[in-house]
This record gives sequence, C-alpha cells and structure tokens, in this order.
Amino acid sequence: MSLTGTSIGASFEDDPEFAAAEGEETAKIEGRSTWQLAWARLKRDRAAVISFVIIVLIVLMAIFAPLVATITGHGVNQQFRTTGLNTFGLPVAPGKTFWLGTDDLGRDILVRVAYGARISLEVGVLATLITVAIGAALGLAAGYLGGLVDTVIARLVDLILSLPYLLFAISLVSISKPGMKIVIIVIALFGWAAVARIVRGQVLSIREKEYIEAARSLGASSWRIMLVDILPNVTAQLIVYATLLIPVSIVAEASLSFLGLGIPPPTADWGQMLAEAETIYQQAWWFLVFPGLALLITTLAFNILGDGVRDALDPRFDRL
Amino acid sequence: MIRFLIRRILLGIFVMWMVTVMVFGIFFVGPGPGDVARRIAGKDATPQTVQLIMERLHLNQSLFVQYWDFVKQLVWHHNLGYSYYHQEPVSTVLKAAFPITFSLAIGSAVIWLVLGVFSGVVSAVRRGSIWDRLATILALFFYSMPTFVLGLLLLYAFSYQFALHGIHLFPGQGYVYFTASPVKWFESLVLPWITLALISAATYTRLTRGSLLEVLGEDYIRTARSKGLTERRVIYRHGLRSALTPVVSQFGIDVGTLLGGAIITEQVFGMPGLGYTAVNSIEQQDLPVIIGIVIIATAAVVVANIVVDLLYAVLDPRVRLH
Repeated sequence: MSLTGTSIGASFEDDPEFAAAEGEETAKIEGRSTWQLAWARLKRDRAAVISFVIIVLIVLMAIFAPLVATITGHGVNQQFRTTGLNTFGLPVAPGKTFWLGTDDLGRDILVRVAYGARISLEVGVLATLITVAIGAALGLAAGYLGGLVDTVIARLVDLILSLPYLLFAISLVSISKPGMKIVIIVIALFGWAAVARIVRGQVLSIREKEYIEAARSLGASSWRIMLVDILPNVTAQLIVYATLLIPVSIVAEASLSFLGLGIPPPTADWGQMLAEAETIYQQAWWFLVFPGLALLITTLAFNILGDGVRDALDPRFDRL
Repeated sequence: MIRFLIRRILLGIFVMWMVTVMVFGIFFVGPGPGDVARRIAGKDATPQTVQLIMERLHLNQSLFVQYWDFVKQLVWHHNLGYSYYHQEPVSTVLKAAFPITFSLAIGSAVIWLVLGVFSGVVSAVRRGSIWDRLATILALFFYSMPTFVLGLLLLYAFSYQFALHGIHLFPGQGYVYFTASPVKWFESLVLPWITLALISAATYTRLTRGSLLEVLGEDYIRTARSKGLTERRVIYRHGLRSALTPVVSQFGIDVGTLLGGAIITEQVFGMPGLGYTAVNSIEQQDLPVIIGIVIIATAAVVVANIVVDLLYAVLDPRVRLH
C-alpha cells in the first residue's frame, strides 16, 4: 500500500528518507507493513545479524560438504589407518594433513563435521516445520471450533505435555528402524502440543473480535475464517516459535544419536561423533571439542536469531 | 478449590492410564507378535527356545489379558513385574537406581534455583548494567549448550586435566553410594550437579528477569514505592513474591521430570540411576524395567504438576478465586 501526499512529508524532517523526498513535487510516503517494520528492526540488531551470517555459513558448509572432502582429499567415511592413526593406533592431532585431527578410526574430523551439519540442519528444519504445521492446525481447530474438538485436542495436549518426553522418545525409536525419519517423527510427535497450546490461546481471543463476526455474518465458511482471517494473525508468533524450535530439534536429534538411538553409523552426525569421542577424549581432545563446538555454535546462533526475531516482531517487550 | 483439585487429580489418573496403554502399545504391539520373545532369546535361538520364553513370560496370551494382568498387578499389588534381564523384581531394580537419580536431581536443583533466581534478580534490578549483560549472555550460552557437550567438556577439564596435574578432586565416571563414603559420594556428584545446574539455571535467569521486570512495572509496586518503603523492601517483599510464581511452577515441573531420570547426564557420568537404567534396559530389551521406569517417571511429573497448582494457589491469592 502506498500513499501520496505533498504536505505530510514536512513533518518527518528528522528522517533522512523523508527529508530527501521533500524537494520533490509529490513526496511518496510508503506505509510500512508489520513485516517491513520488523525487518528494519531486525537489521539494526547486531547480534541477530551476526547470528544470521553464521547460520548462512553453516548452511553453506552443509551444502558444500563434498567440496570440503575434495579439498582435503579425505572421504567422509574413509579410514586412514596409516596416516590418520599414530603408531599406538590413536587419533592424530590437528595438523597439516588433518586440519581438525582424526577420530578413533582415522577419519578426518573436519570432513565429518561438515557432513554432520547436513543431518543437523535437515532434522532441525524438517522437524520444526512438521511440528509447527501440526501444532498450528490443531491449535486453530481447537480454538475456533470449540466443543468436542477442543476438549479432545486440549486433553491430548495435556497428556503429551505431562509425559517424560525423552524417555518416550527413546522407547519409540528403539522399536523402529533407526534413521532420520523416525527421529523427525518423534520430535514432531512430542513438540506439536506446545505450539497447539499457544495457537489455541491466541485463537480464543481473536475469535471474539468483531471482524470475525463480520466475516461470519457475510457467510464465510469456518475454513475460510480459520485460514484467511485468523491464521495470518498468529503467523508472527509461529515464526518466533519456529526459529526457537530449530535449535531444540537439533539438540534433540544430537541427544538421540548420542544415546545410540538416532542416526546409525557410519553416517557422520555430531551427536554420534560425541558418543564415539566419549571413550577416547582423554587421548584426543579434538574429537570432543570440534563436533561439540559445531553443535554449540549452531544452537547458539539460532537462539540469538530467535530472540532477535521475537524482539523485532513484538516491540512491546523491547529488550526486556 | 476442592473442585479444582479433584479435576487435576482426575486428569492425573487419565494421564497415568493413557501412559500404561501407550507403553504397552509401543513395546508389545509395535514390534509385532512373537517379536518380543525373539528379541529376548537372541539371534541364534531355536524356535523351541522362543516358544518357551513366550510361555514363561505369558507372551502367548492375548494382549488384553497381558494388559489386564499388568494393570491388576500394578494397582492391587503395587507390583511392577519381573525383570527379564536382571532376574529380580522390577521394584528391586528401581529401588537401587532411584537414590542415585534423587541425589543428582535434588543437589543440582538447589544449585540452579539459587544461581538462576539470584542472577535473574540482579539482572532485573540493575537492568542494562554490566551484570545484566553478563548474566544475559551467560544464560543464552548455557541455554544453548547441549547437556552432553558440557558434561564431557567438564569431565575432560576438571577430571582428566586435573588428574594429569596431580589434582584428584573429581573422579571420572561412576557413582559412590552415600553410605559407602559421604566424601566420595559428594565428589562423584559435583561435576554432574554443575552440568545439570548450569544448563537449567539459564532458563531460570531468563524467567526470573522477565517476570520481575514485568511485575516491577505494575501499579501496586508504584503504590508500595509511594508509601515510602525502601527500594529493597519494594523489590524483595512486594515484587519478588509474585514474580517468583512462574519460577516456582517451572521448578516443580523440572524437578518432577528429573526425578524420573536425568537420562543424558547419567549416561555421560556413568551413574546407574533411572535414566541410565532405562537406556540400558532398552538395549537389553528388558521390557518390564522400561515400562516400570516410564510409569514412575510419568507419576513424578503428574504429582509435580498437582503440587505446582496447589502452590500457585498458596502463592498468588488471585488464583484462589477461580
């Protein structure tokens, strides 16, 4: 939406954008949407911008993991029994050949950390998308439709939120075929309830607004009201929640793999690398430190970005 | 109040019932018929062995009969069954593991509560100061830190590197019973306590800070100030009391969850508590033990939820009206 006006521009003299336009015959004033305002605020948040850059770098590392393998000349599952292990059969320290050292089987840790980023990001993003989609759909239905639908969904939410989730997660994973699919399913299965609870609460208050009544009296269907009139008003919260859910999902996947119940070997995965490091870290600190750092930097970057997105979309809690 | 309490207890019973159905579904229906016995028997077992196991563990009866037997034993005889692997009652296995989880949970809970609330209050009261920034950054750092990464790093630094330099303060992995040696017990718990406490404290710092800042903006705080009360009294007597309500409820649920087993921390530090036992039992396909732990852990969360709701009513008079 854009407005045109001649006299209004004068009142915005402090703002360089408007001051520049002042001389023109018709100064063009653009109304900025919530999203544009949020974007402008987010760009000013230095920590969030740095985190975003770090996330982009991690994504690039994941995409170009094969390139890292080519440059170093070390395949992701290639075991270097002679160069990668010393005479005692122990991993070699970071150096010229292996920049971040090797693991207990003589594999290049740098290459494996790069490949591990693929699993973490894939699980983190996919699990979050599924979690938020299910949570939003059920939260919308419960909040708007009410009645029996609400009762059933609300009880289900209560049930899931009072389960010791990691215990249930490892139980479920243990009876399934190990792999990425079951890890994502388990994360979504226990994660949607929190999203549904938030969305339901929001919908309950939006439902009573006049414009919803207006839509209803114009003959809009429940589907239309839920998707066109209500959903856009909870999107901001969903985006904040999704950003903060990605690191939670990444840690959940890494935890399952650490316990030996996530991504099966030999696939390179951060949690699994740390589990392997557990037996030998005294002799090879790099085997513990580098996958650990990769995991920490990734979750930290997403959390800082998430905080930034929240502050940008919800300026009421400005730097609370 | 009574009606509210009854509703909460009914919800708790519903959750417990659903959990027994779910664990039965996961472990007895999920893998398919006969598979449970085959898994226990091992790869090379003859069909006769599998048959024998099925008969001995009543696995050849219908699921409803098995489920009904299980619930009957649990409710009437408080009996959780018999461990396939340990060859002793599940309750004996759990009784051995629980004190370990309990020592771990309570010790770290005390540390993280003090640490989290203290840093949260300082942050809120001196908002924008260097302390506030430091607390906020540290909270974000530990909040993002996966438990097993911190645990392993602490083990490397304070157990291994210290030992290399002749300081044997913290043992590596393992747990020493209090009755065996109180000093060794304490030493074996310090690193696990710190690991759990640092990670959990981060949430409490953020929670306390946000909640106290919100409360300090309320009208009744202005009233308290205008009555001429000292700033200290305003913050600690008037502000903190209601600011701590969400902290208390989070604390109750966290401790409840932890009492069902700190799976990752116990695994990293090799402490055979409930969480460690659960992971081992899954590897050993020791179903009665897993089911027992899941039930105990859920019960702890359910009870914690009810206690928290009661505390809420005590702490915040406004809740009692509803």
